[in-house]
Order: sequence, then C-alpha cells, then structure tokens
Amino acid sequence: MSRPALALLLAGLLCAGLAHAGAPVHVTASHAWIRVLPGGLPAGAYVVLRNDGDRAISLTGASSPAYGEAMLHESSRAGGMSRMTMVDALAIPAHGTQALQPGGYHLMLMDAKHPVQPGDTVRVVLRFGNGGTLPVDFKARPASAPGDQG
Amino acid sequence: MKFPRLLRLALLLLPLAGALLLGGCHRDALPFKLTNISGHMPDLQFRLTDDNGKAVDAGDYRGKVLLLYFGYTHCPDVCPLTLAQLHAVLQKLGKQADDTRILFVSVDPSRDTPAVLHAYVNAFDKRAVGLTGSPRAIEALVKRYRASFTREPGGKDGNYEVSHSSAIYVFDRDGHARVLSTPGTPQGDLVHDLGLLLGAGASA
Repeated sequence: MSRPALALLLAGLLCAGLAHAGAPVHVTASHAWIRVLPGGLPAGAYVVLRNDGDRAISLTGASSPAYGEAMLHESSRAGGMSRMTMVDALAIPAHGTQALQPGGYHLMLMDAKHPVQPGDTVRVVLRFGNGGTLPVDFKARPASAPGDQG
Repeated sequence: MKFPRLLRLALLLLPLAGALLLGGCHRDALPFKLTNISGHMPDLQFRLTDDNGKAVDAGDYRGKVLLLYFGYTHCPDVCPLTLAQLHAVLQKLGKQADDTRILFVSVDPSRDTPAVLHAYVNAFDKRAVGLTGSPRAIEALVKRYRASFTREPGGKDGNYEVSHSSAIYVFDRDGHARVLSTPGTPQGDLVHDLGLLLGAGASA
C-alpha cells in the first residue's frame, strides 16, 4: 500500500471513530433536577428527555464529574412492595418524550466527590445507544422537594 | 295521658341515643377515605432506638397521631419521595400537625445508625423520627404489620438494595391502627383522615 493511501485509510478510520463518538443525538433535556440527601447518601436525578429525531434512541447510562458513579434505575411497585432494578437501556420514541421522574425511572448518583448543596448546578453527561452523549445541567434541590417539581 | 306519651317518645328515642352513644366510642365511627384497618391490625408496639440514640417504645408516642413507614436511607427514589409527600401532607394540616409524628423505621439497620437517620429524617420534616434497632426487633415490627422486606444484591462495592413494603400505617393518639395509605392514593385522602384523627382528640 502506498504511503498516501495508508494516510487516507488512517484518516478515514479516524473520522469514523470521531463520528461514532460524536454521533448526533437529537435529544433535548428539560426539568433536570437532583434530590439531594444529607451525608453523601445516593441521590436520585430526574429529567424529561425529548427526542426530535426520526428514530427512537435509547438512554444507556450517565456519568458526572461530581459523582463517582451514576446508574440508570427503575423503581417499581408490585404486591405492596417497592423495589429498584437496574435498567440497561431506556427508549425515547421518535418525536416523543420519556420522563425520568420520582417513583419511576431515575439516575442514581453515588459517591459525591464534594458535598452537593441544594441550589448547586451539577453537570451530568447522558450516554445514548448510538454512542452519542448529551451534557445536561441538573439543579440540586432539597430532600423535601415535591416530586412533581421541574 | 300526658305522661305515657312522653314515655313513648322516650322509648322511641332510646335506640337512637344508644346508637349515638355507641358511635361515640366505637373506633370505626370516623368516615375515613383511606383503607380502614381499625380493629384489623394490632396496636403499635415496639422497642427500638430513635435517631438521637435513645431507647424508645410505642408508649413514648402516645398522644400523637402516628404515620409508620418502613424504608432505608440508601434508597434514593421512593423513600425520599414518600417522606417529601408526607411532609407536604403535614404542611397542609398546618399547626395541628404538630401533634403528629412520622416514624421512619429502617429495615437496613447495619447502615442506618441513629446519626445517619437523624440527618436523613430531619432533611424532610422536623416531626419525623428515625427508628433503628436490632434486626430482630425490626423484623418483629415488620411482621406485626404483615409488612416485609428483602435484601437484594445491587451494584459493585458490596452495595445492596432493599425492597420493602410501600404502605403507610396510621395510628391514632392511643396507638390503635386506623388507616392504611398506599402510594397510589390521593394526598388529599391522607390529609382528610389525619384531620379526623387529630380532631378526635385524645380519646379514652
């Protein structure tokens, strides 16, 4: 293989890699907030996601510089019991919305690197199934914040 | 013939008076909106440790209308949602809610020390009390109200999750179980029933 051809191939591979990492995400976030609990206890994070794309997209995870770990969870009730389960992927329909809200889907944020106080803004990067990401600023609210607040 | 007529009237009214009298002391008389469990669940009884580290029993809360809820502090979604909702309910009741206590009983006593519980419950409402204790004492209380909890393995780092009963048990000022509130029921129903129990005053 000639040197220019190799360079072209490498450039092509690089571009493909970049395109993958930055895959377009036609998702917008609103009503993003965190319920802050005292003493570094795990906190629930909530957001409404709107997909303006022509294809369904799935939320597969999240990370935050402020927390050691972020997990996608679902709370559910059955037979008078409340339980939490891990969720691998949460679909947001094409031209539709999916809410993460108290008592349902939520992000569980653990191991806060510094104490998060109500009123703080916390950056959380949402990860999607197509490899794309979306940084969202979440508003930290007090423990007693009502669940329907945005 | 005046006297017999009065007598007849009195005889007619007697059953009514009796019914009123019975109604007055019978526990089922209040027109609750939530599931009425009066007489179907045992009176409140426990020996636990409160969030100040003090040994307490049910008798310490006599005279207060009580909301009993089983949960744990490493529960980031449903437990805080429930406690925030109970806080909102008490706010709606205004000053009279000072005669209520939320008893948040931890089903995760190995992580929920009195200090952890203290910070936790006070973040929601100053009328909330965190209760913990030996696994045996907690299990006894859970079983007493036919509630349950199970520990499930969670993420890494030895973390685990706990599934737990979602109901709120409401007790009157004498420690009698009266109504059961489940998460789906409208908040107004709980406000209504607490109002009845608070208005009933300290009976007997």
